[in-house]
Amino acid sequence: MIETALQNLWFGFGVALEPHNLMYCFLGVLVGNLVGVLPGMGPVATISILLPLTFGMKPVAAILMLAGVYYGAQYGGAICSILLNLPTHPPHAVTCLDGFPLTKQGKGGTALGITVIASFMGASFGITEMIFLAPFLVKVALEFGPAEVCSLMLVGLLAGSTLAKGSPLKGVAMTVLGLLIGIVGTDIETGTTRFTFGILELDDGVEIVTLALGLFGIAEFMNSMNQTAAVDTKYSNVRFRDMFPSWADLKLAFFPMVRGTLLGSMCALIPGTGPTIASFVSYATEKKISKTPERFGHGAIEGVACPEASTHSSVQGDFIPTMSLGIPGDVTMALLLGALIIQGIVPGPQLISQHPDIFWGLIASFWIGNILLVILNVPMIGLWVKLLSIPYRYLYPSAMFFICIGVYAANNDMFQVGETVAIGIFGYVLLRLDFHPAPILLGFVLGPRFEENFRRAMLISRGDLKVFIERPISAAFLAICVFLIAGQVYIWLRKPKLAVDQKALV
Amino acid sequence: MIGTKKLAGDSALTTQSKMKRDYYAGALMMLIGLGAAVEGSSYHIGTLVRMGPGFFPVALGVILILLGLMIAGTAFASTEGGDERFLPGNPQWFGWLCLIGGPVLFIILGVYAGMIPAIFACVFVCALGDKTSTLKGALIMSAGVTVFGVLLFSYLLGVPLPLLRGITP
Repeated sequence: MIETALQNLWFGFGVALEPHNLMYCFLGVLVGNLVGVLPGMGPVATISILLPLTFGMKPVAAILMLAGVYYGAQYGGAICSILLNLPTHPPHAVTCLDGFPLTKQGKGGTALGITVIASFMGASFGITEMIFLAPFLVKVALEFGPAEVCSLMLVGLLAGSTLAKGSPLKGVAMTVLGLLIGIVGTDIETGTTRFTFGILELDDGVEIVTLALGLFGIAEFMNSMNQTAAVDTKYSNVRFRDMFPSWADLKLAFFPMVRGTLLGSMCALIPGTGPTIASFVSYATEKKISKTPERFGHGAIEGVACPEASTHSSVQGDFIPTMSLGIPGDVTMALLLGALIIQGIVPGPQLISQHPDIFWGLIASFWIGNILLVILNVPMIGLWVKLLSIPYRYLYPSAMFFICIGVYAANNDMFQVGETVAIGIFGYVLLRLDFHPAPILLGFVLGPRFEENFRRAMLISRGDLKVFIERPISAAFLAICVFLIAGQVYIWLRKPKLAVDQKALV
Repeated sequence: MIGTKKLAGDSALTTQSKMKRDYYAGALMMLIGLGAAVEGSSYHIGTLVRMGPGFFPVALGVILILLGLMIAGTAFASTEGGDERFLPGNPQWFGWLCLIGGPVLFIILGVYAGMIPAIFACVFVCALGDKTSTLKGALIMSAGVTVFGVLLFSYLLGVPLPLLRGITP
């Protein structure tokens, strides 16, 4: 098994090292690192903006680049949270707790150095996990019939919406809304146009680009318009030679890194628990088992090492269910899956065998990308730190232009630009009502396949809904769903106590 | 500075009001669900064995109505305070207008005048929305982005939007 894995990996490196692909991988991590550093731009918005540009590219290059943005942004986000105390990206919120005190003590460089080491270690483990686990999952998933696929998707949708931030009930509502938006357009089986209200342009459905850019571009900008505080770069002059941690620091940080990595890779396997939850869990664990828990929050190097390691191992592990089962765990993965679908590639267990270049090329590019990121981040740290002070007023107008022309270029259709604006305003209304729009995209991407498989399952079982509990694998998935819902009800009933616990944790 | 002001406003609100916003949230979901169910029922629904195109929309619509009821219901049952107002503490009407006006101008100018005026107007109008931006700064930035955008999208990526309508063939 190891031999075939190595062979495949060798093949993957061949794909990823093609000059063309290498260039896009580099571009991806560069842009990712950049938006990670810039306060006010997230990886989701950036991937959405780049999405239309990938239409003309080869699928491999497109996916390498978009994936690079995702994990590149995690490196950049750490810089922002350690030096500025600005957790612009949710997974790094915990890193602030100890990272910024370290910066104030003049040890920001050391913290960044440890972060890079921890990130690389976490990422490497996550990639290894993917190499061995994904083919195994595929073997299992290839046996699935429509009923199993349906139940599995239900797990993915429920986990993605209930475990994400915000109220779980609202998360589920957003998922259902996403499923409804996925219905818009011509029904594949009967040719009936649904929810188009006589608008011809909607016959092909809502494009993922317009939906993503409306929700994560325009709506987000409306939300942060004139709300960003001025950035304080008082402590952030870090130089290259400050970045090498001492032996004592390394020793202190080593085991937290290992534990963070393992926790992160476990979190990655549970759909819906992305890097954010992984980093919180690992920080809490580290604080609990530490002999000197009182140092946490006042500049403990372990408090930087463990969440960063777990974030990165979870970020890489996130790709496992996406690439092997075709079930995205969070919104970024849904976008990547959308990019593949646009390229005409059907996601699911057959992806690895039908498009080995995409799968193994992607895995190899992870390593190349992570090495590139270390190179980008260590000697060039001074440059990234300077970028921290780019004001928001230059950022969002340029992004708005990219959104407009990107949506237009996707289909050379001005109608869709208007559609994006309308979705953006609607998205802002949702944000103001405390809905988090991320699950919409999850539902949107999975919706058509969910409906198709549900119809097929019903056709095969002659309309007998019992098929979902009679088939053991499907029943197991449904049991997980029940467990997820029961867990949420339990949390809701005990909410006051848990809220206190959570406050104590942070 | 603006950020801290906003935070202070929010925390003052949480102490005095109940979660009224969740009523709106639930109502909105019920409304969308109802719309989906009604519109969906105008398509052929079919049976479980042979589902028509209307089956899924109606089912999802009904689920969304129930979820909306539950959102409003849990807000009613909860004793916690919440933000009552729909608008944020410091509504940015001018900023929002600029942010939406930019893309709208992009559409209009893109159709009638070409890519160069469309990009310029879009960036310029969006930039005016920020309180800290100056007229000069916005002009310089719009010009820069326009040059960059034309080079990238028109020459490099070949987006078929004429640079200036009537002048370029």
